[in-house]
Amino acid sequence: MKIMRPASTHGVTARVARCHGPHRKKELALVATSGPGLVVDVADLRKRYGRVQALAGLTMTVRAGEIFGFLGPNGAGKTTAVKLLLGLARPSGGRGAVLGRPLGDREARRHVGYLPELFRFQPWLRAREVLGLHADLIGMPSAGRSRAFDDVLGLVGLVERADTAVSGFSKGMQQRLGIGVALLGDPALVILDEPTSALDPIGRMDVRGILRAARERGAAILLNSHLLTEVEQVCDRLAIVDRGVVVAEGTLADVLGARETRITVEGLQPDGLAALQPFGTTRFDGRDLFVGNLVEERVPDLVTALVGMGVRVHEVASGRESLEARFLELVRANRAVDA
Amino acid sequence: MITIARLTIGEAARRRILWVLVALAVLAVALTGWGIDRLVSIARASGTEELTIQLGVSQILIFIAFQFSFVLAMTAAFLGAPAIANDIESGIALALLARPIRRSSYLLGRWLGLAVVVVAYGGGSALLAILVVSRVSGYTPPSIIGPLAYLATEGLVVLSLSLLLSTRLPPIGAGAIAVVVYGLSWAAGAIERVGIAITANNPGVNLEIVGQVGRAILPTDGLWRGVIYGLEPGVVVAAAAGQPLAEANPFFAATPPTVGFLVWTGIWMILVMSLAAMSLRRREL
Repeated sequence: MKIMRPASTHGVTARVARCHGPHRKKELALVATSGPGLVVDVADLRKRYGRVQALAGLTMTVRAGEIFGFLGPNGAGKTTAVKLLLGLARPSGGRGAVLGRPLGDREARRHVGYLPELFRFQPWLRAREVLGLHADLIGMPSAGRSRAFDDVLGLVGLVERADTAVSGFSKGMQQRLGIGVALLGDPALVILDEPTSALDPIGRMDVRGILRAARERGAAILLNSHLLTEVEQVCDRLAIVDRGVVVAEGTLADVLGARETRITVEGLQPDGLAALQPFGTTRFDGRDLFVGNLVEERVPDLVTALVGMGVRVHEVASGRESLEARFLELVRANRAVDA
Repeated sequence: MITIARLTIGEAARRRILWVLVALAVLAVALTGWGIDRLVSIARASGTEELTIQLGVSQILIFIAFQFSFVLAMTAAFLGAPAIANDIESGIALALLARPIRRSSYLLGRWLGLAVVVVAYGGGSALLAILVVSRVSGYTPPSIIGPLAYLATEGLVVLSLSLLLSTRLPPIGAGAIAVVVYGLSWAAGAIERVGIAITANNPGVNLEIVGQVGRAILPTDGLWRGVIYGLEPGVVVAAAAGQPLAEANPFFAATPPTVGFLVWTGIWMILVMSLAAMSLRRREL
């Protein structure tokens, strides 16, 4: 796992100041520097809105054929990052590439599907007409459109409402339509900004299936979300962003770190602790004993050993931290560094 | 661009206010036709000369055209003002502009779609009014295409301005500013007319500059004069041209717009739309 720490506040300020200086144009020359298999490749991407530093040097990659979770608290810079990727806003500095082309490149955008967080469609258009509009905008050939629309509507469960005006849709149905629009034309990259915020649990489960199906056909999916359980269930890799920088990036296992078993005990002596070394790395805070990298099959052996030493065992908890706990830990640590 | 234009026409056609305006225009034309019919019948019955009747009808027609011109300007302003601003505020622009479409194409698509609506509404209403008046009174203006073209162009000028404002301002602000600028331009033209009358006796006074500046900033008043010129009978132009008091009348035009002015109007629209494109390109969404 890559754990990123932001540069010092002074460093960030200095870089931004240069952006507004005579070399601004040079700094803004965003070049395509994508590595092989990288669908999104950004380095030191920065964005400032007046006095607010929305992104303070974002570095991350999304690979072809993976579902990539982009997590962060409100205001962390997730939506700003997505807007920069799509050319909806201009970076203040840094570089990046989407599908091997500079940020905002029109040809790249032809192969990107996007569901904005603030999604809204023309209320007077029918679902099929919304798809028709976006098919026109991406230059989809007329032949086969009807079938493509049926496929997409079927995927998001709106076949029956294909000829209903958007104004008659619930918020959840509009979000389903938005996901359908994003998937139209089999894009190589699908960017979904909080795609399940208006969906019920069944809808969320459906969306997970849709994302997995899109991954199966080779699309990369950038899932921007603060629903940690959703990310946990569906993402191959993820990045946690806070205050405009990525604080952790990797697979779920990478981000969560090593497994650790916690045993609440009474009567454990220092020599007894030393005798437990064969089970793994240990630490003891006087109440809880933590054993790192202990395989589950050996937990009963460890308990037996403790009991054999005359130690009273109150509770055994085995496993990794939850993503939520890890998320909070990383965000707090990042803020402690800033403070 | 064509996709956005089609979308824009569909969007406008679904706005109830547009159909209310169309219905009001038809009603206004119908009432005007009835009123002129009555006036002409009474005048003829009382032995009024036909030339006098025709002159009176032409003045009423110009006054009706003025009302259409004002309503058209308002319509153009309030169609154009939300066209970009609403898309940005509502988030619709995020989904559209993330697609492989240039922002300038999106803007021109919006302009083109609304231009079709404005020209159809303004031109259609005015044509209907001219035909009805001609039918009930027998007065047909010397030119029909000219006044319609000037009227429609007036609408396009206001539309262009409101679209430019819409790239940066909220809908109400953009619409209000466009209407105020339109009103100021007309007022500047009126001041210029008064200036001409005053200048006749006070050569040192020159208020023409006010009108010239007004037309340079927004060419609507110059176009409005083209509408008047096309609707008034040739005999009025011949008799009143050069008469200070007649020249001061805001509903009289002694000459049609010059070629130079028409060229400036074209350049003005290109400049304003270029500015709008630049403004939208630089807008952070």
